[in-house]
Order: sequence, then structure tokens, then C-alpha cells
Amino acid sequence: MVKRLLDAPVSAFIVSVGLILVTAYAVSHFPRSIVAFMLFQASILVLYFARMPGWVKGTLAAATLGVLMPLLGSINGYYLEIAIQVGIFVALALGLNIVVGLAGLLDLGYVAFFAVGAYTWAVFGSPQANLFLPGEHFPLAQGWFFLFLLVGVGMAAGAGILLGLPVLRLHGDYLAIVTLGFGEVIRVLANNLDKPINFTNGPKGITPISRPPIFFDPLLRAIGITSDPNVIYPLYLYFIVLAIVGVTVLVNRRLEDSHIGRAWEAIREDQTAAQAMGVPLVRSKLLAFACGASFAGTVGVLFSAKQVFINPESFTFMESIGVLAMVILGGMGSIPGAILGATVVTVLNLQVLKGLSLWLNELRNAGTTIFGWSLVNLPTQLEPAKYERMVFGLILVLMMIFRPQGILPARRRHRELTGGTGEPH
Amino acid sequence: MAVLLEARGISKRFGGLTALDSVDFTLEEGRIASIIGPNGAGKTTFFNVFTGIYVPEEGTVTFRGTPVLGKRPDQITALGICRTFQNIRLFSNMTAVENVLVGMHARIPLGLWDVLGRGPRWVREEGSLWVRAGELLSLIGLRPKANELARNLPYGDQRRLEIGRALASRPALLLLDEPTAGMTQGEARSLMDLLRRLVRELSLTVLLIEHNMRVVMEVSDRVTVLDYGQKIAEGQAAEVQRNPRVIEAYLGRNRYAAGSAGG
Repeated sequence: MVKRLLDAPVSAFIVSVGLILVTAYAVSHFPRSIVAFMLFQASILVLYFARMPGWVKGTLAAATLGVLMPLLGSINGYYLEIAIQVGIFVALALGLNIVVGLAGLLDLGYVAFFAVGAYTWAVFGSPQANLFLPGEHFPLAQGWFFLFLLVGVGMAAGAGILLGLPVLRLHGDYLAIVTLGFGEVIRVLANNLDKPINFTNGPKGITPISRPPIFFDPLLRAIGITSDPNVIYPLYLYFIVLAIVGVTVLVNRRLEDSHIGRAWEAIREDQTAAQAMGVPLVRSKLLAFACGASFAGTVGVLFSAKQVFINPESFTFMESIGVLAMVILGGMGSIPGAILGATVVTVLNLQVLKGLSLWLNELRNAGTTIFGWSLVNLPTQLEPAKYERMVFGLILVLMMIFRPQGILPARRRHRELTGGTGEPH
Repeated sequence: MAVLLEARGISKRFGGLTALDSVDFTLEEGRIASIIGPNGAGKTTFFNVFTGIYVPEEGTVTFRGTPVLGKRPDQITALGICRTFQNIRLFSNMTAVENVLVGMHARIPLGLWDVLGRGPRWVREEGSLWVRAGELLSLIGLRPKANELARNLPYGDQRRLEIGRALASRPALLLLDEPTAGMTQGEARSLMDLLRRLVRELSLTVLLIEHNMRVVMEVSDRVTVLDYGQKIAEGQAAEVQRNPRVIEAYLGRNRYAAGSAGG
């Protein structure tokens, strides 16, 4: 029934707009209700499934994410934090999707590129760089942040090529092992590059890292808003993340739907045949590594600015696995899949499991009894937030059994062919 | 006629096995030539040498006077040699038209910035790629199945699609490794008709590896016979067929078997 409603443009419009507004209203009335917020997120997914002209969908999505979401975020700031985290992971998943999903190069050390980006800004956007560069030029002025979003792209792409060069001859399991090693190497480097010259400040990490400048402050004051950084920054970072994700999606789509994307997919399918058809393997694989890495680099810069503090602990192997799981969960090689996978996993970690823990605690503390059994006796170890990885693993196992292609698998584009009927030229 | 491909003294060894033993081979433009021989005679190895997958220990290969050995497969494709594979190697999870589009890769004058910028140049080029892909699919009779996944196509169509994909790189020389393997006699015949048409209309030169003797005899201008890595006979189909060494290679030494080779 729902499907039929979503198939006709008019009813689809009414249903999806209705759902978004109702759930947004619910969130604004029950700002602490996780369920309400998740329904709001689900309504955005409904928008994706609705059959409407592209521009209508785009406008609705932009309005929801650009207006409604910040409004809800001003009611409950934590939602904005979640949205920012989701955005960061969406960009990461989209980057990894190029390497793993399109080009079929299994990369288990993807977080390394994230780390490269993060440390790029952390070192120069904090006093850290004074320790190994002469003069007192650091931290750089906040404005440099925007340039460093691009520098992060370059640094990570360079690291991608650096990783790509030695592993070009490898594929499958062997490639996975080498990339895993690369990820660890970067983390261990970050951990140990505090002597003899202190580049990274080792396990202690780097702080304080400059945040992006509030360049629109005069504008805000002009319309009579006194900016409280605690309110402005989450909103501000949210919009930067949104812009990065927007660019990431655009770049991903353009790459995928081009001869470059097709060459990557051909390499994934059969690299000998791909090369025999004229696809230069070395160039294409390096390009895949570099493109995938560059997204991680730019969100890495943003991540370090958002956290103000980073240390090597943020870039462990489990993070790489987490991003890979998002891609697999969503559907390899599928852009909507990567977005959904990243959202589901992040929300699961930050909201669902934590929410369940809180709820259980409340029940325990209130001494609720179920069927004559008091919940006070519930073991304190039973805390879903601690079972994050287990729940996560369980979901992956179930997915692989029942829906190995992912939640939103890559769909082949159907295209009407135009032009002549037979004579080659 | 001008010489298109010339191989001199090609030797390729795998450990102790000599797969090709100083083989000479010349192919003239506009021909359909065949390489035949028993299984393991070195036919596919020969193809792999031409397409850059193997580098032989000895010998030279020139294509239109350009040395080929030492070049990568994709560079050789760009020079104008393209091939199909003995065991079909399509990009199975891509559609028929996408397979053909990948085949065009060597002829696409676009770079990363064109793709990211999507300027008018990209739109024009990409558009013309799709038009040409449509034409190629019509040529091989797969236009109605353009959006089908390659792996869902029937066997005969997959063989045709592999040829279409190879043609997409605008080769001057098309190497077909057992194109009619597993086909019925009727399918094989229609494929041969297609080949003749291609040679005529695209000024293509075709080199076949083929086991189906009826096909070989019917279509080839020239037949080369390999056995244990050596060229044992070469010439017009009919004379090769009568050559006692060929008969021996195929049927063994027994005198009473000396009727016809294959058939």
C-alpha cells in the first residue's frame, strides 16, 4: 500500500512531506525521545524511495537537511552532534565506496587517510608546528582552515598513491593484509613521531586545534544576534559537514557515471580483461586510491577542528572496519547504500544502544518488576552500549546470510540508447 | 597487401615446457586467418604474446611496423589489437552496453577534470560514446538487450558481446580465441557471417583460434597449424587439410586414420 502511494508523484509528495513534517513536529515536542528522532530520519529515507522528479526531491532534501534539521538541533543540541558525526561517516563511507565498492580493492586501512587529514590540520592549526618549525607562526589563523580542507585532500591523495604504488600487483586477500598494515603504520607513526623531533606529540595528542572562523559574525551582529560560540559552532560545523557531504556525493556520482567509474568496475569484475580492453591498470587503481583517500582527508581536517583535540586513539583498526561495515551494510558500490549504511551504523552506536542502556538503567533504578521479577536484580553488566561491537557483528552476520548485496544495492542504470541503427563508422 | 602483424622467432617457455618454439608468423591486412592445432599446442599462448599478457623469451613482434613486445596490454589495445578470450571474460555484473563502453576506454580523450567538471566537452564526448555503443550493439544484434547484465545473457549472446566489446576499441586487428566454442552449427554460421561483414565494412583483419574445422575451412583465407609449440604447416585451408603432418598431429600416426583432419 505504502509502495503504491510512493509510486504516484502527487501522493508521494504528500506522503513524504507529511511524514517529514509530522516527525519533525514530534521531535520538537519530545526533544528527548530517541524514537521520534529516528522516525524523523526514517522519513528522509522515505523521501528517497518516493517517486518524484529529481528537482522536487532535491529541494525537499535540501529543505529538510538545511532548515528543519538545524531547527531541531537548536532544540536538542545532541541531535546536531549526531548529525555531524553521521555526516563525517557518510563522507568516509562514500570515499571507501570508491575503493572497495567500485574498484573492488579491499582496503582495511582506510582510516589512515582520515588520520592524515586530521593531523594535517591538527599540526598546523595548533601551536604544535612551533616545535619543529622556526618562528612562532602557529597556530595558523583560523581562516586557513578552509584552505586546509583542500590541503587535506592533497595530503590524503598523496598518501593514497603512496599506499597504491607498492600494492598494485596485489589483489584480494593480499591487498587487504597490506592495507591493514598501512593503516597500523600510520597510527603507530602518529604515536611515535614525538621524538626525536616532535611532529605529532605522540600518544598525548594535539590540542587545542583551531576551529573554523566565524567570518559571518558581523553579519549576525547586524541582524541583532549575539553569537554564543557554544550554540554557533555545532550549527556552523553542521553546515560545513553538509557542504562536504554534498560535494562528496556530487563527485562520487560524476565519477561513477563516467568512463573512469566504468573502468574501475571493469577492474573489479576482471582486471585481466579490463586491461586487455585498454584500461591502464596502474593509473586507474592509483586514481581510485587517491580519490577514495581524498574524501577521508578533507573530513579528517574537519574532524580535528571539530574535536579540538586528537590523538592516535581516534584512528584505530576498528574505525577502518567500522567504515567498511557501513559500505557493506549499505551495499557495495552504491552511493545511497553508503549514505544509509553510515547513518544506520552511527545512529545505532550513538543513539540506539546508548538509549537502551539508559532505559534499562532507569528501569533498574525505579525497581520495575516484570512478571513478578524485579529488574533491580538485573546484572549491571547488561548494558547494551557496551555490546556495540557484538550487536554490530550480529547485524553483519545476519546481513550476509539474508541480504548479502546490502540494504540498498547498486542499481544498474537503464538508459535508452539513441542514434543510428547499425552502421558503424 | 600490406603486412599488418609480423612475428619472428617467438619462443616462450614455462619452466621446462616450451609452449612456443621459434615460431614465425605473418598476417596481411584484410584477411581472415586461423590458427589451429591440438589442445596444448600453444595457440592461446601465441595470442597472449601478441596482446602483451606474456613476454616471450625470444623473438620480435611488430604491428604496422611498431614493435609490440614489452608494451602493456592496454597500450597494445591502443595501438589497434584487441581480443576475446577462450573462456568468456565479460564484466558480468555490468550491462551489455557498459561492457561495450569499457571497450572504448583506449579511445576516450577525457580526463579526470572533464569528468568532475562535466563541461560541454564531456557531455558531447560521453554522448557520442553512447551513440556508438548503440550502433555496435545493433551490429552484433544485441541492441534490445543493451540494459541486461552480461551474466544474464545466453551463451551465444555473451560470445557476441565479447566481440562487440573488442570492436569498441576500434581495432585494426581482432584476435578471437575459439569464438564458436560451445555454439550450435547454426549459431557458428551466423557468427561467421558477422565476421565476414566486419572484415568488409570495418576494414578489419581477423585472426581466429578455432577447433570447429567446418568454420575454419569455410571462413579462413589462410590457416596456420601449431603442434607442441611449433608451426607444422601453413597455407590455404584445403592444402593444410591434406598435409600429412597435420593429419598426424590431430589423429596420431596410424595409417588407416589418414582420411580427413577434423570434419
